[in-house]
Amino acid sequence: MSLVQVEDLSVRYGARTVLSRVSLRVEPGEIVTIVGPNGSGKTSLLRAIIGAVKPVKGRVVQGSGVKIGYVPQKLHIDETLPITVSRFLKLPGGVAVADIDHALAQSGVPDLAKAQLSQLSGGQFQRVLLARALIGKPDLLLLDEATQGLDQRGSASFYQQIETVRQNTGCAVLMISHELHVVMSASDRVICLNGHVCCEGTPAVVASAPEYRALFGSGTGGALALYRHEHDHGHDHGDHNHDHTEAAE
Amino acid sequence: MLDDFMVRAALAGIGVAFAAAPLGCFVVWRRMAYFGDATAHAAILGVALSLAFSMSIFVGSMAVALLMALVVSVLSGRGYAMDTLLGVLAHSALAFGLVAVSFISGVRIDLMAYLFGDILAVSRGDLSVIWGGAVVVVALIGWRWSALLTSTLNEDLAYASGINPKREQLVLTIALAITVAVAIKVVGVLLIAAMLIIPAAAARPLSRTPEGMAVAAGLIGMLSAIIGLRAAYVLDTPAGPSIVCVAATTFLATSVLRGFRHER
Repeated sequence: MSLVQVEDLSVRYGARTVLSRVSLRVEPGEIVTIVGPNGSGKTSLLRAIIGAVKPVKGRVVQGSGVKIGYVPQKLHIDETLPITVSRFLKLPGGVAVADIDHALAQSGVPDLAKAQLSQLSGGQFQRVLLARALIGKPDLLLLDEATQGLDQRGSASFYQQIETVRQNTGCAVLMISHELHVVMSASDRVICLNGHVCCEGTPAVVASAPEYRALFGSGTGGALALYRHEHDHGHDHGDHNHDHTEAAE
Repeated sequence: MLDDFMVRAALAGIGVAFAAAPLGCFVVWRRMAYFGDATAHAAILGVALSLAFSMSIFVGSMAVALLMALVVSVLSGRGYAMDTLLGVLAHSALAFGLVAVSFISGVRIDLMAYLFGDILAVSRGDLSVIWGGAVVVVALIGWRWSALLTSTLNEDLAYASGINPKREQLVLTIALAITVAVAIKVVGVLLIAAMLIIPAAAARPLSRTPEGMAVAAGLIGMLSAIIGLRAAYVLDTPAGPSIVCVAATTFLATSVLRGFRHER
C-alpha cells in the first residue's frame, strides 16, 4: 500500500495554474526527490499533501494510519517571541520529554533542548525542525528544500542525517532539492516537475530524459557524471575522463 | 468596598490588563499592532450607533469592532498593502463615527469619555461587563493557546499538525473585538492599543517562554493600572493616560535592562 497517493492534482492561485494533473505515489521506505525550476509548483505540491492548499481538481489520498512529518522551508521566528527548543517541540501538545530528547538525538543536536529558538545557527535550526517532524514517529518525511541557506558542508551533513534517520526508522522521504548531485546520489526515485510531471524514474533514467535536459541544460550532466562515477565502475575509461571535466564545471 | 470609586477604577484597570496581556502577546508576535489600532478606532462608530439607537455601548462597539476586524481579514492580500488598508479603514471609521455622533443631540460632551476613557466613572455594572469580557477572552485564548502558538510560528507547520490557522486567526479577531469593547470605558479608543502592546513588549526581555511572557505582561499591566491610578490621584492627572505612562516607563526600564545584559 502506498503511504501517500496524489491523483490528478491541479492547484490554482487566482488565475494562475501552478500544478496541473499531477499524479505520484510514495511507497514505504523509499527516498523520492522532486526537482524542478523556480515556480514549478514544488512547494505547492508539498503544501497540498499536508492540506495547506485546496486543489481545484484531483485529490491526495493518505494511507490509513500513515503519519507525516513535515520540515518546512526556512522558518522565520520573530525576535519578539521567546521560545525554547523543547517548548517548540512540545507544540501543539501531548509530547513526552523523553520523546523530545530522543528526536533531538536522532537529528544530531542532543544538547539544544534549553536553547532559545531565535539564537540557533541555520544548521542547528534545520535539525530542530527535523526533530519536530520526527517526534510523531512519521512513516513519511516531507522536506521542502531543507538545506536552503546552509553551506555545502552543512547541507551534506544534513542529508547524511536524513539517510541515517531513514536507516534507523525505515520512514520514507519525499523531498524537494536544488542540489542535483545530492539528488542523484541519494534518491531511489526522482520526479521532475514543471507545473506537471515532466518525467520520473531512477536518477539515471531522469537525468538522460530529454525533458530533464531541456529544463536543466547540459550543465547538470556533471551531476549525473558524479553519480555514475561513484556508483558505476563498469564504464569505459574515455567516458570516465569526459565525465570528470564536466563534473568540474 | 465597591462603593469607593478608586477601588472600582483599580478593579476595572486590572480586568483590562488581565485580558490584554495574553492577547497583546499575540498582537506583538504576529505584528498586528496596527490591526488592534484599527479595530479600536472603528469602535467609536459603534459608540455613535449605540447612542443613536439607545442600545448597550458594549454591544454596539463590540459589533462594529468585530465587523471591522472581519472586513480587514477578508480584504487583506487583495491588492492593497496592509498598512494602507488599515489606515484607510481605521481613520475613516473614526471620522464617520465622530460625524455620526454630532447628529445625536446632547451627547457631544460625553464623546471625550470614549476617546480617552473615564475609568473613574466606572459603575458596578461596567465592572461586571469588564470582568465578564476579560474572563471570556482569557478562557478563549487559554483554550486555543497551543493551536494559536503553532499557527503564529508557521502556518504550514500548523496545517501539518491538523490545525487550521485561518480558524485560529478568527479566534484572535473575536478576542480583540471583545477586549476593545471592554476597554473603551477604561482607557478609551485612542489608548486601547497601548494596553495591548506596551505590557507585552515590556515583558519580552524578562521571558524565556511564550507562557512566561504572557504572565509577565499581565503582571506589568496590572501594576501599571494600580500605580497609574495612584499617580493620577496624587498628581491630579488624567487616569487612563497615566496608566499608559507607567506601562511605557516599565517598557523603557526592561529595555535598558536587556541592553545591559547584552553588553555583558
